[in-house]
Amino acid sequence: MKIGVVTFPGSLDDRDAQRAVRLAGGTPVALWHGDADLHGVDAVVLPGGFSYGDYLRCGAIARFAPVMGSVVEQAGRGMPVLGICNGFQVLCEAHLLPGALTRNGGLRFLNRDQELRVVNTRTAWTSDLPERITIPIKNGEGSYVADEATLDRLEGEGQVVAYYEGANPNGSLRAIAGVANARGNVVGLMPHPEHAVEDLTGPGTDGLGFFTSVLSALVP
Amino acid sequence: MTGTTGLDTVHRAVETPDEPQPYADLGLEDDEYARIREVLGRRPTQAELAMYSIMWSEHCSYKSSKVHLRQFGELPKGDRMLVGMGENAGVVDVGEGLAVTFKVESHNHPSYVEPYQGAATGIGGIVRDILTMGARPVLVMDPLRFGDADHPDTARVLPGVVAGIGGYGNCLGLPNVGGEVVFDPTYQGNPLVNALCLGVLPKDRIQLSAARGVGNVVVLLGAKTGRDGIGGVSVLASATFDEDGPARRPSVQVGDPFTEKLLIESCLEMFDAGLVAGIQDLGGAGLTCALTETAAAGRSGMRAHLDRVPLREASMEPHEVLASESQERMLAIVEPGKLPQVLALAQKWGVLATAIGEVVEGDRLEVLWHGEVVVDVPPGSLADDGPVYERPTARPADLDALRAAPEPAHPEVDADLVLRMVASPNLCSRRWVVEQYDRVVLGNSVLAWPEDAGVVRLSEETGLGVALATDGNGRFTRLDPYAGAQLALAEAYRNVAATGAVPIAVTNCLNFGSPEDPEVMWQFAEATRGLADGCRALGIPVTGGNVSFYNQTAETAINPTPVIGVLGLLDDVARRTPIGFQEPGEVLLLLGETRAELGGSEWAWAEHRHLGGTPPEVDLDRERLLGEVLVAGSRDGMLSSAHDLSDGGLAQALVESALAKGVGARVVLPAGATPFVQLYSESAGRALVTVPRSEELRFTEMCSARGLPCTRVGVTDGTGEQARLDVQDVLDLPLARLREAHEATLPALFGPLAGS
Repeated sequence: MKIGVVTFPGSLDDRDAQRAVRLAGGTPVALWHGDADLHGVDAVVLPGGFSYGDYLRCGAIARFAPVMGSVVEQAGRGMPVLGICNGFQVLCEAHLLPGALTRNGGLRFLNRDQELRVVNTRTAWTSDLPERITIPIKNGEGSYVADEATLDRLEGEGQVVAYYEGANPNGSLRAIAGVANARGNVVGLMPHPEHAVEDLTGPGTDGLGFFTSVLSALVP
Repeated sequence: MTGTTGLDTVHRAVETPDEPQPYADLGLEDDEYARIREVLGRRPTQAELAMYSIMWSEHCSYKSSKVHLRQFGELPKGDRMLVGMGENAGVVDVGEGLAVTFKVESHNHPSYVEPYQGAATGIGGIVRDILTMGARPVLVMDPLRFGDADHPDTARVLPGVVAGIGGYGNCLGLPNVGGEVVFDPTYQGNPLVNALCLGVLPKDRIQLSAARGVGNVVVLLGAKTGRDGIGGVSVLASATFDEDGPARRPSVQVGDPFTEKLLIESCLEMFDAGLVAGIQDLGGAGLTCALTETAAAGRSGMRAHLDRVPLREASMEPHEVLASESQERMLAIVEPGKLPQVLALAQKWGVLATAIGEVVEGDRLEVLWHGEVVVDVPPGSLADDGPVYERPTARPADLDALRAAPEPAHPEVDADLVLRMVASPNLCSRRWVVEQYDRVVLGNSVLAWPEDAGVVRLSEETGLGVALATDGNGRFTRLDPYAGAQLALAEAYRNVAATGAVPIAVTNCLNFGSPEDPEVMWQFAEATRGLADGCRALGIPVTGGNVSFYNQTAETAINPTPVIGVLGLLDDVARRTPIGFQEPGEVLLLLGETRAELGGSEWAWAEHRHLGGTPPEVDLDRERLLGEVLVAGSRDGMLSSAHDLSDGGLAQALVESALAKGVGARVVLPAGATPFVQLYSESAGRALVTVPRSEELRFTEMCSARGLPCTRVGVTDGTGEQARLDVQDVLDLPLARLREAHEATLPALFGPLAGS
């Protein structure tokens, strides 16, 4: 299975996402922001980082990259898409996911190992996950916001993928850490599963489940 | 003087030899100005004067330190050093076809004036130094020193510095894997913001700065040039702050990490494709430094057309373009045939690239402004032939009194003392700081804060990796600069060895007061001599470094603070030793000897604000032996944890090792010295290790065979809510209480941790 990882100018965790795909047993394919061709990949990861420096608004410029036209189109046809951190922000800006991400409640960048409660294992990216996982969080603008009606709908229809467990690290409304679209093929997540794929370098290997999940989902 | 009518050209300089020039305002001495006239055979133009004032500044020319730094170049190089001192950063062979380059630099004065931007551009500058060598930057570290933790100005400086380091480093995608945070009133008006970067490169891809090959094109890459940072090195870095001087904010540069990230990626692709013949970053002294150093290194002539430099402000004058310290710029020397590929790669990454000149016959650097010659100099006269001073030295008059000052009475150790100490500003948890740094990006961080050293994997295939630690102790160095520098070296060496890595190279950032003060110069001379002797004794070379003088406010210099970085090598990072107790029931061993050494200690400072006496004894043979045992213990899989003993002594090491994973310990102090001395002495050459019971005999026998004192001091015991630190007959505290005390200090001063 070929999993594309998009590199925007300013992407930082692109090679980490590629490593995670590889360790999960998939074949990572590097995709370039300026190239609308998805090169036949079966799924796409939008990685973390600061695309275009995040100078206007996180993800606001990246959504106009040529590659995003194809990603939006294929997502509409059911292709699995995972946005991590900056990738989540891009998915919100591209209206593939509802809501938006604003500055952390404490107004500071935050990097720590974070426990999550996974509440939806029916998406393309979460079927292999247990209920509790610990993966790193690292961002400055990770506070998930949406209007009350949207939040009610997301919770009511099972589109919340994971909640922060324990203290809310960034002021996200209802402690939401990740959401999916109605179909469950597009998932956005603020913490970084690609940084919990080896015991040596992360808090464990809880993040690997996201990548093995999509590989199972793609088996015809 | 805008337009070309009033332009101070070389032609005009010849015709108006007696025109008065503001050389003193630019920081040049009378005799230095006379020498410039002698070198040129005429008065310098305005642009030339600007260039000499920059290149002959303390910051660029090392004119006061050069005679002392020579000692480092005379050390045995070992068989790993590929590039030594003199280039932007030293390069060390680490095997498997790979090399690493690393360096630490200061950005002290800018960070005091404008904490966020000063610290941010400190990261940007050191990262470009590493990139210039052909390496991909893979980690950063920040040794930081501030005034008193509860001083109102520290509340301005520290949060800004930390946010600036995070803001820039996080956006570059470089993990921050270690560093220091130290508080002392000596740094109140002059914080130390040092930044370290390490990069990795294929051994055969080393890039050098020399501009060679007549006809090769000089290409400026990266950001446009603006008026920011003009005078950064000559005004900020080479002068002392005075209380009522003018605000110097315009001399601080403004950083754009996004542009730097693109610059890094585009340059690395150019290196990979073999497109550049020479490369130099633009840092302090900007284009002036880059043009003269590339030309001087290549012993080439060079012609640059300054009016081709993309400007942020069209009204900039030639001397401003030459002096600007706008960030995120590199200068590449490119063969004409490869220019189209260079321009195409720059365009791919959205990086501005402009051909601004060429390598020419001869040995002059000629700079033109709309066709008129404004600079015509021998580049070597700027880069290499700057003034060299043998500054007078004098042993500080107050040193004997300081060293003879009576030590405060030793107390009985109880739970309250231990709780106060772990909560004191220099020993408390750094979580508030390091949570603002990305420590995991790139996916190779094996150990990071709060470990003794940062450990980063270089090869996923073989597990090859490096360990890095920086240390410095201004109080020890104030009491004895020779020993202080060696203690800093020994501590960094010990920290690296504690992870299981073999120490292989040294870098340094020497932070001192004004070299014009003989007492400061004596401290500098002693510290460099101590460091050179120390490196010789430990058998590791100095690969590069940085000197930061003028760290003082008015007449008061900081405590001399040599910050020493030691690089270690791990053939497989999977065998790294962490500081934390891993599980209950393991044997706790203290390696080394504890003497009653509390001069300059953290206890004396935290409890009594006392600085006096003499620092701990230095025994570098012992440090070397301890390092060998720690490495052997890791290699043979005997050690579960290892933590070096330094600030706060055994008590602090016990607390940190217990808190790391929440595993407690029952400790029985050996007979002999008082519990206070055993717990709070800062004797060097010691480490606290744990070994599984099954390995105890093998490990202790190895220690006795090698002659390293090894004392059983207890066992690890208890996890979760049961975990306690129990020191028999001294104290018995739940880890939860220790953790609460340890972690509360910085949030109470600088704001709550996220989520609380």
